[in-house]
Amino acid sequence: MSDVHVGGQTDHAAHAEVHESHPGWSTYWKVAVVLTAITAIEVWIYYIPAFVRTPYFVPTLLALSAVKFAIVVLFYMHLKYDNRIYRALFAGPFAIAVMALIGLLFLFGKVALRIGLLRS
Amino acid sequence: MTTATGDVGHGYTTTGLPNRKIAIWAFIGSECMLFASLISTYLIYKGRSLVGPFPHEAWTDATTGHVYQPILNIPVTSFSTFVLLMSSLAMVLALAAVENADVPKRTVGDRILGNSRLWLFVTALLGTTFLGCQAYEFTSFVHEGLSIKTNLFGSSFFTLTGFHGAHVTAGVLWLLTLLAIDMKRGLGPRDALNVDIAALYWHFVDVVWIAIFTLVYLIK
Repeated sequence: MSDVHVGGQTDHAAHAEVHESHPGWSTYWKVAVVLTAITAIEVWIYYIPAFVRTPYFVPTLLALSAVKFAIVVLFYMHLKYDNRIYRALFAGPFAIAVMALIGLLFLFGKVALRIGLLRS
Repeated sequence: MTTATGDVGHGYTTTGLPNRKIAIWAFIGSECMLFASLISTYLIYKGRSLVGPFPHEAWTDATTGHVYQPILNIPVTSFSTFVLLMSSLAMVLALAAVENADVPKRTVGDRILGNSRLWLFVTALLGTTFLGCQAYEFTSFVHEGLSIKTNLFGSSFFTLTGFHGAHVTAGVLWLLTLLAIDMKRGLGPRDALNVDIAALYWHFVDVVWIAIFTLVYLIK
């Protein structure tokens, strides 16, 4: 263990404090089961032509994907348990990235074609 | 004991958080923007290819009469998605094993769950399996007539998934490096931050694939 002290603690102890609230195996395997189940549902609905033709197909897939994304970030990347500064460091750029993606789709994508900003 | 200035110099910021962990989160934030630009490029070009093969529709070449089937192989990609999700499970178990290396293991289950070498190896193996699936997919696409130069779909698809594959490759090399260190001198709680940083990178690669799998493969 290092003898460098941080705010009265060793670096080992400080790191241990950061991790003290991380979940264990009992949470991790349940998360894995949920992720597998959601993936199975995604693939299952992909093979239902009647559902693929409905307007609910894409929103359903996007919602399921967003749930998987959030579960991995919150539980496996520990954002649910770690310091809120990490949450801000991720959420800020992620929000900018999503807004940039939506903005680009409006400028150049099918959305732009639909509302007449671009010619096909 | 060192001074407060010395503490910061030894890896902790004034927030009390390790600067390397702050750095990896900032890096992940920048990577979000990189992949958002690649995904938006793919989505913008989607459906605008003049010639096939296409991802979800069959296409007949008017000059040769050859019929190209929809090119995406959903069963193989579903399997590789499952593999990558399970690699994330193995990665959190590797991190937990390193963090709790000093805790006595009384049962066989404790010894298996507390074996960081096993879980690092499993994570690297699953990552390599994912890369194998991607290599198979890329090879079969080229054999079926889709290369990066064929059409807009090919260009944006290979660029997006190729960048992701490069990230997975870097992650596998990182994991193998940790495994080599673990085998040489063992990883313990003092190494937890290093493993945590590698784990964050690996999980990020996983969440990017979650987005790609839905947006590229499943949405028609």
